[in-house]
Amino acid sequence: MGGRVGLKGTDGPEILEKAVALGAEPQSQNRTIECLSRLKTLKDSIELITCPGSMGEEASVRCGFSPKAISTTAGPITTASDTRSAARQMSDLGVDLLLFVGGDGTARDIYNAVGDSMVVLGIPAGVKIHSAVYACNPLRAGELAWLYLQGKAKNVLEAEVMDIDEEDYRRGRIQARLHGYLRIPYERRYLQRAKTGSPASEQYSQEAIAHEVAECMSGEFHYVVGPGSTTRAIMEKLNLTGTLLGIDLVHKKRLVGKDLNEAKLLERLEGKRTKLIITPIGGQGYLFGRGNQQLSPKVIRHIGKDNIIIAGTKQKINSLYGRPLLVDTGDKATDRLLDGYFRIITGYREAIIYRVTY
Amino acid sequence: MGVDETTRVRNFHQAKWDEPIIFELSTEGERGVIVPEVEEDIERTVGDGVSELPPGMSRRQAPALPEVAQMRVLKHFLRLSQHCLGADLNVDMGQGTCTMKYSPKINEVLARSPKVAEVHPLQDADTAQGALEIMYKLDTFLQEISGMSKFSFQPGGGSAAILAMASIIRAYHERRGEADKRDEIITTIFSHPSDAAAAAVKGYKVITLYQNEDGLPDVEALKKAVSDRTAGLLITNPEDTGIFNPDIVEFVKIVHEAGGLCGYDQANANGILGITRASEAGFDLCFFNLHKTFSSPHGCGGPATGALGVRDELISYLPIPIVERSGDRYFLNHDLSNTIGKVRAFYGVFPAVLRAYCWIRSLGAEGLKEAACVAVLNNNYALEKIKKIKGASAPYAEGKRRIEQVRYSWETLTKETGVTTEDVAYRMADFGFHLWSSHHPFIVPEPFTIEPTESYSKAEIDEYIAGIEKIAAEAYAEPEKVKNAPYNSVVHKIDNSTLDDPEKWAITWRAYLKKHECK
Repeated sequence: MGGRVGLKGTDGPEILEKAVALGAEPQSQNRTIECLSRLKTLKDSIELITCPGSMGEEASVRCGFSPKAISTTAGPITTASDTRSAARQMSDLGVDLLLFVGGDGTARDIYNAVGDSMVVLGIPAGVKIHSAVYACNPLRAGELAWLYLQGKAKNVLEAEVMDIDEEDYRRGRIQARLHGYLRIPYERRYLQRAKTGSPASEQYSQEAIAHEVAECMSGEFHYVVGPGSTTRAIMEKLNLTGTLLGIDLVHKKRLVGKDLNEAKLLERLEGKRTKLIITPIGGQGYLFGRGNQQLSPKVIRHIGKDNIIIAGTKQKINSLYGRPLLVDTGDKATDRLLDGYFRIITGYREAIIYRVTY
Repeated sequence: MGVDETTRVRNFHQAKWDEPIIFELSTEGERGVIVPEVEEDIERTVGDGVSELPPGMSRRQAPALPEVAQMRVLKHFLRLSQHCLGADLNVDMGQGTCTMKYSPKINEVLARSPKVAEVHPLQDADTAQGALEIMYKLDTFLQEISGMSKFSFQPGGGSAAILAMASIIRAYHERRGEADKRDEIITTIFSHPSDAAAAAVKGYKVITLYQNEDGLPDVEALKKAVSDRTAGLLITNPEDTGIFNPDIVEFVKIVHEAGGLCGYDQANANGILGITRASEAGFDLCFFNLHKTFSSPHGCGGPATGALGVRDELISYLPIPIVERSGDRYFLNHDLSNTIGKVRAFYGVFPAVLRAYCWIRSLGAEGLKEAACVAVLNNNYALEKIKKIKGASAPYAEGKRRIEQVRYSWETLTKETGVTTEDVAYRMADFGFHLWSSHHPFIVPEPFTIEPTESYSKAEIDEYIAGIEKIAAEAYAEPEKVKNAPYNSVVHKIDNSTLDDPEKWAITWRAYLKKHECK
């Protein structure tokens, strides 16, 4: 809501009031209509459950649906707790797909309410979208929902919920944190009349990467393992229970450190030959500086550019459509050091050479 | 007549027969031909013809073949043929990278002649001198076209030729005692996917270079990829984008300096005949698909030929046999010191070799170059027209000419209307056109690849593009109409999801019955 008036988000009632005072209009209504209009053809075959009034009902009616509204205590200006309570009710009702509209703050609310218990999909309308749970635009969200509800997109993907501190952002600093993973539908695009089948699933790709990385590990090195579902697959392959969101340390295929912060990392890595295993985080392809700030410029420099092992599924890389991976370590010299081509492990005995920049 | 005056799109409707699979037509005991009983005199002289077979070679159960009468079989296959939209029916420029050009029908007449069709691969070379001469001469033509020193026609298609290149690369490093160390092959994301696949089949790790902002693999990326583990480079140029890599000489040099060999995937060389050659860029190996550039028809997966060429030092690694000449006599040479053995039986698909030979002879050197020039001209004419269509774009190399094809994008159309490249492809079938999205992965968003070749007239290119134009306009006006297409084709929409389900997919009727629990 706050984007066009330059507020960088509207988390919290004071900012929201300020936004309204500056003449901001909620984008969510139009975005919802854009998305729902794609679902019109399913009008008679799905039941649409929504929140009353501006939280979905109005948009649904305008798209020709006769929605069933859940009860809510929300006032004219809706809040984060309204979102959470609505999501919980939807979960209790056992809906097949929860569509939500907003930005990173909304994604966090949904995640806090339902976790990975149900399949959800974000319609992007927020100022900050670092989370990968949003479709690239409302129309695409509608398309994906349309396919999923008809059983044509059967696959589900774990996507990152990220958020940055809005106060920091307003002061010009970005500190994105990884909060968890929501389950979203994803469509594996088929080749029509083609010579080949469809690409491998995300889970298969992660397992293939895990095999490759595990096979190349050597007892001479300590391995710093960054957050993400791809690196988690590597830990699973090693039969280790690491932290999904934190930084872990592995030596001789044993877990020797868990959820380490910058200071602890520097202390533990002192005098040791170290490699770092990381995967791009979020939908924008950030390697450093989003969701893994523990890997500070000091830590990166200590480990050394040549000891960075990047792993990522082809699906994730290809969804960037050739845009480079990004680093934003907070230190320009470190960013410049990391600028260039890197080898990225994308499968078992498969790698790509890809550009990293800042 | 027949064509809409304003849109210039045909009022097309394909036949729809709902024809069952031939196994479903089977009636026990039904026969196409009743073979006469063996007469007593004959049986007394030669036996029953079956009991002489070694026990291990005769099957206990008869094969479960469909039992169908002649006329029904004929009808079955005629109906299936009407379900197809072959290269000779439609303006087949929508299957970019495949080089769907005209295959002159006189060459089919020659290929069907008993002199060709009845040549047996095991007959004495002295009785097949004409066939061997044609193979030998096609080899010399391709040497001139590529700058390589010797060709083998054994590989049965492009992927088999790539596999042969990867096999030669491995054998070369084995001979030098470096095969264990050199375990990586480099390719690019816009090269044919088989360049990566064949390398993987040979046990190589595959390193793929992604494109830079110009759509090309970057010299800096290649430098990052090479090491003492590099076995070789397998690369297409121009790539699937139709952009020619101007740094190709440096690419080859960098890989050579790292100790690797360089194989040029020239499956499609249609835009560069007589203009540039593999040898000029320094390549060690290359191959041509005779069914692409050299007009032999695409046999729907075979029989085909991936003509594999190597420079001098690698001739001894070629698959055996190769055709050679001694004085006036042509013969098959099975004696090559480092040969990789065989990638297929015998010496290659002779009818494909014959058609390529005839095509080259009918055009001559100047004609080949002219074919390439016209293919490039047609492509750039199409590019200028397609760029103007609302919703379409041609990513990369802004303002530059392309070679023989262009990978376009419907990214804008999809963003603005929700209509995807698959939707457009389905709708094209309603006008009697074939449009193919592209090889995975979809690096170019919502891709489609157009390659007009030299075969099509301006009028036909215009007609095809009119189809694309009409659908783009429909997407903006009534997207649902495009999304629900096709309407005039054989089938409506195919459920592709079984392609991902090992419990469901079946490539034989027996597997189908087993997996789908039919009787």
